Amino acid sequence: MASTTTNASVGTAEGLRIGNGSTDQRALDFSARLRRARLGLIVALVAVVMIFVSYSSAYVVRQGLPTLDPRTGTLVHDWLPLPLPSFLFLNTLVLLLSSLSMELARRQSSREAAAGWMTSGSGTSEERTDGMPWLGLTSILGLSFLAGQWLVWRELAARGFYVATVPSSSFFYLLTGVHGVHLLGGILALLAASAAALLRRPAASRAVLVDVTAWYWHFMTFLWVYILCLLEFAR
Amino acid sequence: MATREFAAHDAHVHAAPTSWIRKYVFSLDHKVIGIQYFFLALTAVFVGMFLSLLMRIHLIWPAAALPLLGEIKPETYLTLLTMHGTIMVFFVLTTAPQGGFGNYFLPIQIGAPDMAFPVLNMLSFWVTALAFVVMLSAFFVVGGAPLHGWTGYPPLSALPAAGPGEALGADLWVISIALFCLGALMSALNFITTTLDMRAKGMTLMRMPLTCWAWFITAILGLLAFGVLLSAGILLLLDRNAGTSFFVPLVTINGQLTGHRGGSPLLWQHLFWFFGHPEVYIAILPAMGLCSQLLSVFSRKPIFGYKAMVYAMLSIGFLGFMVWGHHMFMSGMSPYTAFAFSVMTMAIGVPSAIKTFNWLGTIWKGRIRFTSPMLFALGFVSLFISGGISGPFLAQPVLDIQLHDTYFVVGHFHLIMGVASIFGIFAATYYWFPKMFGRMMNEGMARWHFFITLIGTYAIFMPMHYLGMAAHLRRYSQLTELKYLHGLVPLQEFMTYAAFVTIAGQFLFLFNLFWSMKFGEKATDNPWEATTLEWTTATPPPHDNFGGHIPVVYNGPYEYSVPGAPRDFIMQTDPAILKAH
Repeated sequence: MASTTTNASVGTAEGLRIGNGSTDQRALDFSARLRRARLGLIVALVAVVMIFVSYSSAYVVRQGLPTLDPRTGTLVHDWLPLPLPSFLFLNTLVLLLSSLSMELARRQSSREAAAGWMTSGSGTSEERTDGMPWLGLTSILGLSFLAGQWLVWRELAARGFYVATVPSSSFFYLLTGVHGVHLLGGILALLAASAAALLRRPAASRAVLVDVTAWYWHFMTFLWVYILCLLEFAR
Repeated sequence: MATREFAAHDAHVHAAPTSWIRKYVFSLDHKVIGIQYFFLALTAVFVGMFLSLLMRIHLIWPAAALPLLGEIKPETYLTLLTMHGTIMVFFVLTTAPQGGFGNYFLPIQIGAPDMAFPVLNMLSFWVTALAFVVMLSAFFVVGGAPLHGWTGYPPLSALPAAGPGEALGADLWVISIALFCLGALMSALNFITTTLDMRAKGMTLMRMPLTCWAWFITAILGLLAFGVLLSAGILLLLDRNAGTSFFVPLVTINGQLTGHRGGSPLLWQHLFWFFGHPEVYIAILPAMGLCSQLLSVFSRKPIFGYKAMVYAMLSIGFLGFMVWGHHMFMSGMSPYTAFAFSVMTMAIGVPSAIKTFNWLGTIWKGRIRFTSPMLFALGFVSLFISGGISGPFLAQPVLDIQLHDTYFVVGHFHLIMGVASIFGIFAATYYWFPKMFGRMMNEGMARWHFFITLIGTYAIFMPMHYLGMAAHLRRYSQLTELKYLHGLVPLQEFMTYAAFVTIAGQFLFLFNLFWSMKFGEKATDNPWEATTLEWTTATPPPHDNFGGHIPVVYNGPYEYSVPGAPRDFIMQTDPAILKAH
């Protein structure tokens, strides 16, 4: 197992001296930090995917299960297809728009970060361009989506479909609810990014946060489209 | 210039804290968090062990009035069984090897100053600790702790009226498990990102110590498995509290309809075991990695077949997700499905055998140093073989139907998942204690502890196989009421006495641990003459692990007895090997 691979290039010192004077700090450039944050995000999204894979398989299995009808003593299917409120499609449009505005926010913030260290080298957010407040707009659209989902729940309840009414309504509340909680996490991240801007944290730090939030947000939009397809086409 | 600016605000690098709370309680330092996990698991293991002691006492003296607790009722026996299993599996076997030693040593062994996301790391520990408190609180609510077993099968676990402890106690159980899943997911995220992104220069994946590989693969398993358990737990909570019917079919309790209909208990079993089988590997993979490490260090030989070891662990992890159905052969599963699960299960024997033979190849003709970590590593191999060999028996659907709900299964999983993993934890403790606490553990006490534990656990769990073959069903709280079990009572008595001795031996370990922290012999930086990076730094390691340096790695982790080298080991950071070859 003696490994004698080529290592002449890594230098002869016993270790690399890091930091400039302050040894406790490790200088990571912007792209390295971005890479780490994105890697962390991808790993986190795998966990989210597993949650929805579980629910999807439970959905399909539960849909096909027969149950005993105590009155007749026969096996029947108790799965009633749930008619989706049309309002849901308006919500979907709002979420798609929010993803668009999120993407604009992401591009804006990485431009600011680049501009920050190109011009003065200080990289603080004082040089930020006065563009559209895309982050704020995304938050508002995200909150509108959640409010819309709440209205959908109210409408279903008004029609008599509660969480435990039929299995399909249980799954409807479950899937929309769990997705909503995840989206709320995204909104909290947006608020954190906005707060970072107000607190004049370095543009690069904020750009990393905005970047991963944006990819998370796009994933939540994608996930929502998937859930909608499941609810619509696998009734 | 710009990079300097980032460094000042880099969330990954944090200055050494000065306040007591930031240093020891809400610490961001992976080493402190690792020790916190370790002590959480230590507390949990003694709680879990106490519960098992009560069970063993109840089995042979069912009417005994215990001090404070009084007589143990049959339903209390089931409660003890449930909480023993849950606490041991989640808060000991999952927590100590990964959260404890993994947290402490993964960053150091790959040459990183900390985990990739220190705040998340702190959060994952505190969520896990909260989960433990919630779990224990189930003992103190009306009705007590749940009795549905650690597997929580519905409808028993889904109906508050199904038994004492199934009301609030079971809710707390589910909430605790859900919290644990969150903590484990955050931890897995950190482990994976750290391993992939924070390795020091020269530390290629194939130069990582096998411990790091094991933690990395374990984290991947955790990432894929705990999300499924979390989802299942949420469904169970909804069934329990919102009246849904995911898992509960049309059932009556005392002639009363519960209001549920159409759900499937099998759905829970599938979701649970999709998590539950990989969980077995989550518990034992870190011990495998550690064992590989120790056998090499103390045989003064390179590990036999490093790459084979890595690929074997990867394939064990992969196959671990294909075999969950072997826990459900009794569920009325189609024989064709059972056959598929059976074949996949037996396939795991191949990488397991590769590992075992490589361990034997590693110590073959080695200059073995029988230190206490080495003894426990050898004990692990022994337990892995004797516990693992009954796996292919149980993987046969026809045999499993006979053995499934008997003590045979209890003996099997205690040897391989329970005791073997615990031996990994002990080996890790004896091996890394000098680095963590700056002193050596007492070797004499450690040897006594080893022999008591090895002989004691075999004496407890080996007879269980015979009980199982004699059709002694598990989870029965009283043996005296059943005539066909009478002949087996002496064996049960023997196991209880063995448990007394083994448990007494664990207090020796506890004493040694705390005594050595204060009075142990001062440890040098590299007391075992090992090659990996944790032995290149100070003892205990400074806040940023390497005191302002990032090590550069030149060698693989198992360069022992290299011909022509000045010493019989070459540190991973030692460029000398270039000249030696």
